[in-house]
Amino acid sequence: MTTSPTTTRRLRGGVGESPLRPDGIPKVVGNFAYASDLHAEGMLWGATLRSPHPKAKITKLDIGPALAFGGVVDVITQEDVPGRPGFGMHVPDQPVFAYGECNYWGEPIAVVAAHDLDTAKLAVKAIDIEYEVLEPLTDMEEADALDSQTRRMKIRRGDQDAFGAVVVEGYYEVGQQDQAPLGTEAGLALPDGAGGVDLYAVSQWVHSDHWQIYPCLDVAPEQVRCHPVGMGGAFGAREDVSMHIHLCMLALRTGRPVKMMYDRAESFVGHVHRHPARMWYRHEADSDGTLVKAEARIILDGGAYESSSNAVIANAAYFAFGPYKCDNTSVDAVAVRTNNPPAGAMRGFGGVQTAYAHEAQMDRLADELGIDRLEVRRINALGHGDNMNTSGQLIEGSLPTAELIDELAKMPLPDPVASTDPRHLPGGTGLTTEPGHVRRGVGYGVTLKNLAFSEAFDDYSDARISISPIGVEVYTAAAEVGQGLVTVIQQLVRDVLKMENVAVIWSDTGVIGSAGSTSASRQTQMTGGAAYFCARELREQILAEYGGDDLSIEGVWLRGELIVTLDEICALQPRQHEIRYRHPETFATDENGQGDPHPAYAVAAHRAVVDVDPELGLVRVVQVDAVHDVGKLLNPVAALGQIEGGTAQGVGLATLEELVLEKGVIKNPNFTDYLLPTFLDAPHVEVKWVEEPERWGPLGAKGIGEPPTISAGPAVAAAIRDAIGRHLYRVPVLPQHIVGL
Amino acid sequence: MEITRPTSLADALQARGADPGADLLAGGTDLMVEVNFGYARPEHVISLRRIEELARIEDGRIGAGVTWARLEKSRHRALAQLSRTVGSPQIRAAGTIGGNIGTSSPAGDGLPWLAAADAEIEVASEARGTRRVPWSDFFTGVKSNSLESDEVIVAAVVPDGVPENQEFAKIGQRSAMVISTVAACVMRHEDGSVRVALGSVAPTPVRAYRAEQLIADNPSPSAAVLDEFARTVSEEVSPITDHRSTEAYRRHAAGVLSRRLLERCLAR
Repeated sequence: MTTSPTTTRRLRGGVGESPLRPDGIPKVVGNFAYASDLHAEGMLWGATLRSPHPKAKITKLDIGPALAFGGVVDVITQEDVPGRPGFGMHVPDQPVFAYGECNYWGEPIAVVAAHDLDTAKLAVKAIDIEYEVLEPLTDMEEADALDSQTRRMKIRRGDQDAFGAVVVEGYYEVGQQDQAPLGTEAGLALPDGAGGVDLYAVSQWVHSDHWQIYPCLDVAPEQVRCHPVGMGGAFGAREDVSMHIHLCMLALRTGRPVKMMYDRAESFVGHVHRHPARMWYRHEADSDGTLVKAEARIILDGGAYESSSNAVIANAAYFAFGPYKCDNTSVDAVAVRTNNPPAGAMRGFGGVQTAYAHEAQMDRLADELGIDRLEVRRINALGHGDNMNTSGQLIEGSLPTAELIDELAKMPLPDPVASTDPRHLPGGTGLTTEPGHVRRGVGYGVTLKNLAFSEAFDDYSDARISISPIGVEVYTAAAEVGQGLVTVIQQLVRDVLKMENVAVIWSDTGVIGSAGSTSASRQTQMTGGAAYFCARELREQILAEYGGDDLSIEGVWLRGELIVTLDEICALQPRQHEIRYRHPETFATDENGQGDPHPAYAVAAHRAVVDVDPELGLVRVVQVDAVHDVGKLLNPVAALGQIEGGTAQGVGLATLEELVLEKGVIKNPNFTDYLLPTFLDAPHVEVKWVEEPERWGPLGAKGIGEPPTISAGPAVAAAIRDAIGRHLYRVPVLPQHIVGL
Repeated sequence: MEITRPTSLADALQARGADPGADLLAGGTDLMVEVNFGYARPEHVISLRRIEELARIEDGRIGAGVTWARLEKSRHRALAQLSRTVGSPQIRAAGTIGGNIGTSSPAGDGLPWLAAADAEIEVASEARGTRRVPWSDFFTGVKSNSLESDEVIVAAVVPDGVPENQEFAKIGQRSAMVISTVAACVMRHEDGSVRVALGSVAPTPVRAYRAEQLIADNPSPSAAVLDEFARTVSEEVSPITDHRSTEAYRRHAAGVLSRRLLERCLAR
């Protein structure tokens, strides 16, 4: 009797393992093609004229001198846009080019195409333009007072007159973080010679780009094909259209391939940023620490155009209070429109800002009541079967908040003694600080994030699987931005089909339907789910057709006997299957924000240990202990990578990263002064997993892209407060804040 | 763009004299940043990297072409300390002390040490030969100095009598690879008198002469004198508020850092 290979040899690279990523070695040795590496014979280079003013009228715009420049082939402005004048993630409120007026510093006004990048940049300077400079609106409270907003969110739940034995109030601010992906925006557009164009440009969601681009070009949808490309990071910065329409316009007008690539300074104005926030909070609790009421007022500065502000403000409102039970809540949240750089998606998406506030409030509550700071979180922990504190939605899926807190409490603390190695002291290589100057602090961040899209959005992912005797191909338009989605898809499909040779084929908008965005921590569940369930359906179809009970690369088996080979199966007809995978339906909420807006949640619990030099205000984050709610751990190394990276990004916002704005102008659009954590600043991270399967998705797995970024920062801010024994209302926490100057 | 690559100082001076508008490039770690940001578009660059005589370290003399990577091993303790804080290892392998002097940034990492050492900047031109300029006359403002357009920086001349007991520290917001918001260098003589120099707290590197006098009068300072010393340093500097820090913090930190460095010198 022949036995199935699944019983004789264990499948390699399946779920639970950490197989080598297909893009791993090419990236390490420098062979991986990023968007900035793309090249086509005879291609032109584009360069962008950008507004030097946050608000101005354009009183004169003459492209003649640029066109007359040797080597320049074309110059485009808003007047050249053939179709719809604007674009936008949700509403097309942003013109392709500033027309008549500029609404933010760095807004595109024209693009020059020339034979080389240097010529294009010089020709940009030759454009004859004059402005009437106007006073920009740059203060978010002033914008709120002027009713300059994109969305107001109101939440009223329970008894608005409820009161507790203790009250804590606080005001909080979060500065503007940038995604700062190491790969800047880049793309290449190729005319197809028949009035259409193929675009290879950085993107987290090629179909969203497609839906925004083709109306502006006034061509049929199928005439624009957006292709997934290699990217050096995204973090939300690639959700919005940047150079995409410019590239397509130039390729169609010139009939030649056109490439653009922003340099670092341009990248800082060429994508949207995280919303800066101001937040006013009030919590009331019984004397045993049980929350009775929570209120928040939140303003997010959305900048000049809407982008995804309306979804971000909803998230800020729904996740205003974290993973804690509270029956009586009130939130007034607004995303305002100003002349600051546009804000949009960034890892954590509204939840990052409010997490700083609700976690500081929980600490204040614990201190007010004399309860341990972790204990006050445990007492109020929200879980499966509870109602969400804001929307009132019944939590039908997994939410093991209490388990995470218990696991965190069990993790050992690092050595209490500060290092004697100056590199591991506050101030690092600057030699500012000796161990005697240091005070140790410990802080917690327990936070909640929705997974996948919310509020009645038709959220789906299309995947197609084809089987042949040499292996499996999975077609998807999902963006691999470096997070490891392709590996997880391979693992899930290997498990189902018992075939090791699984290739993930990056597919353009002309080949397959949308996979949705690589954002909202959703792709493992959504596109991983699409691939997993597509593979299962295909397997069931084949087994049913041949009456087998198992499928492998050899063929169909019945009770251990091979009854038909894969060669024979595929010779009869191509074995291909495609599905559209959806998560449980969500709904818009009522005028009080009540309803069922979310398909799933993930919780994270972090503990940060910091050493602070209070006299100089310098901080070293020693360690972050992180417990994560992963549903089912699919790939331990990839998950660890997300958590270490997300933690570093959270540490960055807590201590370093801020776009410094002065009247709408970014003062530090470079890596000299926009300070990302270096290897020395990134803390040691210890991770524990809690596996409580989600009610949907592949094997109950949950997304983990955003939760570490949300939890780490509040934990670090709390640890700094703990070290200096004083409240701090703003992040990033700067040396002068700690010193009190 | 024209590039001249002299292999001797004489050839470099000749090229510079012939085209005073030419940009000088040693490590390129400042000039190329200007080029990348589009602030500079050099038409003629004179590369100084091949000039062996600029890359020498001699007694009392550090050639302008000596890189930070080499100065990390300097026998001057504070110079070695500061050299390890310059940029990244890649920057330190390329960047030179002469470039730091020529750029004359208020945040130039090498400048507080030169000020504390009372160094002279040796410059040369084909037309007028060599001259030595005291550091305090050389640095004239934010990114400005008294180098003439036909001159090349040749060396930092370190006079005799620079105390071996010396300490440097710099504050940046992150643990490495950061522009300083305050930098300080303290040197202590055998007789207890000190030199105190600071960076990033004025348009040029500065000495805190009143604070130095306080310690000269109290060579074994009490805790109260050390507090007074820190306060005096804070009063003597003239920082600004910008996107990197605030005037108040820089003033405060200049005092704290100077006191800590003096305490380190006193403990030795």
